[in-house]
Amino acid sequence: MQAKYTPSETVDFIVIGSGAAGGAVAKELSVAGYRVVVLEQGPYLKEKDFKHDEILHSTRSPLMNDPRLQPSTFRKNDTEQFTVGRSAGYGRQVGGGTVHFTANYWRFHEIDFHEREMWGPIAGTGFDNWPISYAELEPYYTKAEWDVGVSGLAGANPFDSFRSKPFPLPPLPVKSSGVLFERGAKKLGLHPYPSPMAILSQPYRGRGACTHCGFCMRYGCEIGAKSSTLASLIRVAERTGKCEIRADSYVRRIQTDDNGRVTGAVYFDKDRREVFQKAKAVVLCANGAESPRLLLMSKSNRFPNGLANSSGLVGKYLMYDSGTTVHGMFEHPLNEYKSVEVTRVVQDHYNADPKRGFYGGGGMDSRFGFNPISFATRGLPPELPTWGAEYKKSLVEYYTHTMSSMSHTTTLPLPTNRIELDPELKDDWGLPAMRITYQNHPDDIATLAFVRERQMEVLEAAGAKKVWGRPVREIRGSVHLMGTARMGNDPQKSVVDKFHRAHDVRNLFVVDGSSFVTSGRQQPTLTIQALAYRAADFMVRSAKAGEI
Amino acid sequence: MEFSRRDLLMGSLSFATLAEIAEAQEHAHTAASSNGKPVFAYLDAETAKEIEALTSCIIPSDDTPGAKEAGVVYFIDRALATFDEPRRGVYRDGLADLQARRKSMFPLSTSIASLAPARQTELLRTIERTDFFQLVRTHTLYGFLGDPSYGGNRNGVGWKVVGFDHKMQHQPPFGFYDAEIKRGTK
Repeated sequence: MQAKYTPSETVDFIVIGSGAAGGAVAKELSVAGYRVVVLEQGPYLKEKDFKHDEILHSTRSPLMNDPRLQPSTFRKNDTEQFTVGRSAGYGRQVGGGTVHFTANYWRFHEIDFHEREMWGPIAGTGFDNWPISYAELEPYYTKAEWDVGVSGLAGANPFDSFRSKPFPLPPLPVKSSGVLFERGAKKLGLHPYPSPMAILSQPYRGRGACTHCGFCMRYGCEIGAKSSTLASLIRVAERTGKCEIRADSYVRRIQTDDNGRVTGAVYFDKDRREVFQKAKAVVLCANGAESPRLLLMSKSNRFPNGLANSSGLVGKYLMYDSGTTVHGMFEHPLNEYKSVEVTRVVQDHYNADPKRGFYGGGGMDSRFGFNPISFATRGLPPELPTWGAEYKKSLVEYYTHTMSSMSHTTTLPLPTNRIELDPELKDDWGLPAMRITYQNHPDDIATLAFVRERQMEVLEAAGAKKVWGRPVREIRGSVHLMGTARMGNDPQKSVVDKFHRAHDVRNLFVVDGSSFVTSGRQQPTLTIQALAYRAADFMVRSAKAGEI
Repeated sequence: MEFSRRDLLMGSLSFATLAEIAEAQEHAHTAASSNGKPVFAYLDAETAKEIEALTSCIIPSDDTPGAKEAGVVYFIDRALATFDEPRRGVYRDGLADLQARRKSMFPLSTSIASLAPARQTELLRTIERTDFFQLVRTHTLYGFLGDPSYGGNRNGVGWKVVGFDHKMQHQPPFGFYDAEIKRGTK
């Protein structure tokens, strides 16, 4: 029943990318009756294609962009030499990063949307208020949670902003890491709560509940209990008979006409033939790294600096995610390899506090983060032997008795942190590779160090026999890519307006992490999705009124 | 999710394609089914014995099975025959260097495998920081704890040793502390 369109047929919308944002936009537009083609550069995998194979997943992340085919160059600043690799990681299949994600589904707080107003400017950064408020986005947070299926406990986090509806599903069962993290946090007067997860704790809308196999992060869910857009929204979109998911379609250019309107997209199909799909409008949801790259690759006489780039801000203000991990070893077995990653979160340090002497804040969670091989290769405290009888003994002693905590902290938007087209390196299709320049603001690092201390305290208070973790360092790569086509009311200071319409091109929308003005406290996926629902709502209203 | 350069470079295997991975598993399957007696695809028997001795130093067999019982050397053989073929040279050169060290440290010895375990360890201590040793260690851990379809971790013995119960379905309580809560004793 999936729709099938020909490239010469002018469809209503092309959606580029099928992840958190693209999946939601495609579903909303097709349910509203519009003809949609989703161009996804990766393959169309199904549940049966996913495997619990750690060797496969650590040798070549099969669900992510492959740096051998799509390399990028990275440098900290303009004077540093480039290295070639993968400094921007993203999901590359139908469902995008929601297929292999950990499924943490935090909402941002009210403060995230108007923090500059509260804190004041920060010199040398693009730290700013968003053009929308939490209240404007709240209905769409709720919509996303109910549409994809999120498990959690409303009201359990005293720092959460208001919500109009509870979670559709109760929290997943607490793991030993969650029990210990809660115990330690409460001893310190903090406020732990069940982590909101986009994983089904009970059957929901025809999908089965989580069976606690323990392979979430980096893996696809074989039973569809993880609420990827693949498992939830894309099937709904296809069932409308209006939406065609065209996988293995790698867009190289968004086409415009002499009037400055978008006319469609040129992509490489599976056999690397160029195809031009016509459309009345294009919605770009390719993620915070690929979206600006594609805009920059879509330059024309009319748009010499790249499409939608009259502000010069396409690709600028790149924000990486940020966080530190610490580990604790306990007396009794935790068996953290079972079930979902995260079951408890603490957000007492979410807001920035001038008393700390720097800007920033974050949350911290309880998790494990290892599979057997990754634990054996790098999970033990660094001072322990790395081979031999003593190593084996430690491995046996620690593997089932260890938990971790990961923090999720602010990163500031700097104009010098950016995605550009590499002047020399090409990808396997002959397109300019991505060039990334990224260096943390000193306050990012100070925040990491501050929250890392709090994580250590919680694990110690929980009664860990030993607590350890790598020292804080600069972040050189990320899977959460934000800020590179920021939203705003002023066309000179932003790329898209508050409804994600490009200031320069009326029938082009950009909706994904690139829209973010600030980083929040990471875990951006739900916010990306809420923005996508809100943008789609606007697109439907505008299309009905003939205003696209 | 934290995503660092270290994860990219993490003492890992060569970047392999899906086809190469499939090939490695196919090799392992073929080997396992040759009259029930494993055969080597790349290593000769003598070299395999030496490498097996190294893997046994990294994860010894004591009161629980080690690299030898898990068949780690068969995993290494498949890796060097398929996706880690570019690293054959690291083994060739590393082993040659190690044999030279052996002869100089223990002039009367004839092979690494025939050395007493304490002497094997003593010998390996001298190359701990080399790329060769790090690669053997990485391979050993992959072969001990990776999916048995790659030729190592026979019958899941590596998983049993560390306490990993590989199942599609687990039921809460998962560990001691959540069980305690469930029982209401804490």
